[in-house]
Amino acid sequence: MNNISLFITGPVIALALAAGIAAVKADPVDDTLTIDGKEMISRAKAPEGHPFDEVMSGWLFRTAETRALEADTFVNPGMLEVEEGGAIWNTVEGTAGKSCASCHGDAAESMKDVGANYPKWDSDSGRPINIELQINKCREKNMGAEPYAFDKGGQKALTAYVKHQSLGTPVSIDLGQGEMQNWWDRGKELYYTRTGQLNLSCASCHEANMGKMIRADHLSQGQINGFPTYRLKQGKLISVHNRFRGCIRDTRAEMPKAFSDELMALEVYVTWRGTGLSVETPAVRQ
Amino acid sequence: MRLGTVIATLAIASGVATAAVAAEVAPGDVAFTDDGVAMSLTGTAGDPDEGAKVFKNKKLGNCLACHANTAMEKELFHGNVGPVLDGVAGRYSTEQLRAIVTNSKQMFTQDTVMPGFYSLEVGKDVTKDLVGKTILAAQQVEDVVAYLGTLKE
Repeated sequence: MNNISLFITGPVIALALAAGIAAVKADPVDDTLTIDGKEMISRAKAPEGHPFDEVMSGWLFRTAETRALEADTFVNPGMLEVEEGGAIWNTVEGTAGKSCASCHGDAAESMKDVGANYPKWDSDSGRPINIELQINKCREKNMGAEPYAFDKGGQKALTAYVKHQSLGTPVSIDLGQGEMQNWWDRGKELYYTRTGQLNLSCASCHEANMGKMIRADHLSQGQINGFPTYRLKQGKLISVHNRFRGCIRDTRAEMPKAFSDELMALEVYVTWRGTGLSVETPAVRQ
Repeated sequence: MRLGTVIATLAIASGVATAAVAAEVAPGDVAFTDDGVAMSLTGTAGDPDEGAKVFKNKKLGNCLACHANTAMEKELFHGNVGPVLDGVAGRYSTEQLRAIVTNSKQMFTQDTVMPGFYSLEVGKDVTKDLVGKTILAAQQVEDVVAYLGTLKE
């Protein structure tokens, strides 16, 4: 009974087996995500021009065990890093002797619903800006602190903390700002561009085969309303640009740099594809 | 690649080195017809046992990522992006199977998500060390085709 001993000794294998059971039933579940008593919007009518009629949170595509982890902030393993983000919020850094809180006060008030509306147009740089880049801009301009390198320092934790203040708020970005529409167009083109030796686009998996199984993985719509997301596979928060890069790498292609024009355009477009879904940060995924 | 080395050595010894190399069809030279790909890519018969290994190996064919195959029910996690391969030998000829594995876009349409396993018709920005390389070697394709030939109802 080799399998049973593996089951007992390996929690990772146990998770893998749980995923295998889900393979039998490869549709998004009919379930409601309620986090600490607050109901999340995990299905929403798609915006006009969307390839789907309904947009669906990736939560609906995960196993019962994974779904349960997200439904309670006390067991959500991503909340530890969100709390670290809260500590960073109050930490003075840089030559100006300021913390985030020095200007923004209580994040529960000042950052409420803010993360649900990013990326936004940034007229200073003439490109869209996401939470990570907004934090860096603030650090440089207002705090006299070094910008965070990609995924380094407190970038993920602080981004997750800011986005968590929008928990439950529907994602909605304003394509009327600046040149946002052009970036959306570019992002859409990238979404349908096949890359790598495996010759796959985002749409190959997350549109054409959404709901199916690719080996042990249940293909979702690839929504990003829960990022930074706690990935059980990696045991930590994963930023959206890290995930974009990972997906592109898996097609056996060279990865664009984080925050490059390509990935910012893709973030604008993919965020739009999740319009109406609640911000779930920190979501829990496989 | 021991056998390959032996063949190459023999070929050089007998002064037909170029002929030995030419026996393997280059990815760009595979001849697709309405009936599939008639000619073996290597001239060496496929080995179904080797083909089964390539089929399930995640770093090689990884066919189970997308296709279920009851003959391999002991393997965990069969995908369902593509059709079930049970009885596939009864639905397609060897020539057709060779064409599908080599470059399914030639057999179906450009819209298929199935990668071409012996094709340089690939996506953008291929990882530097894989530029000009195919997913499988010609003989691995022949082996997989031989394995698929064993999947009868």
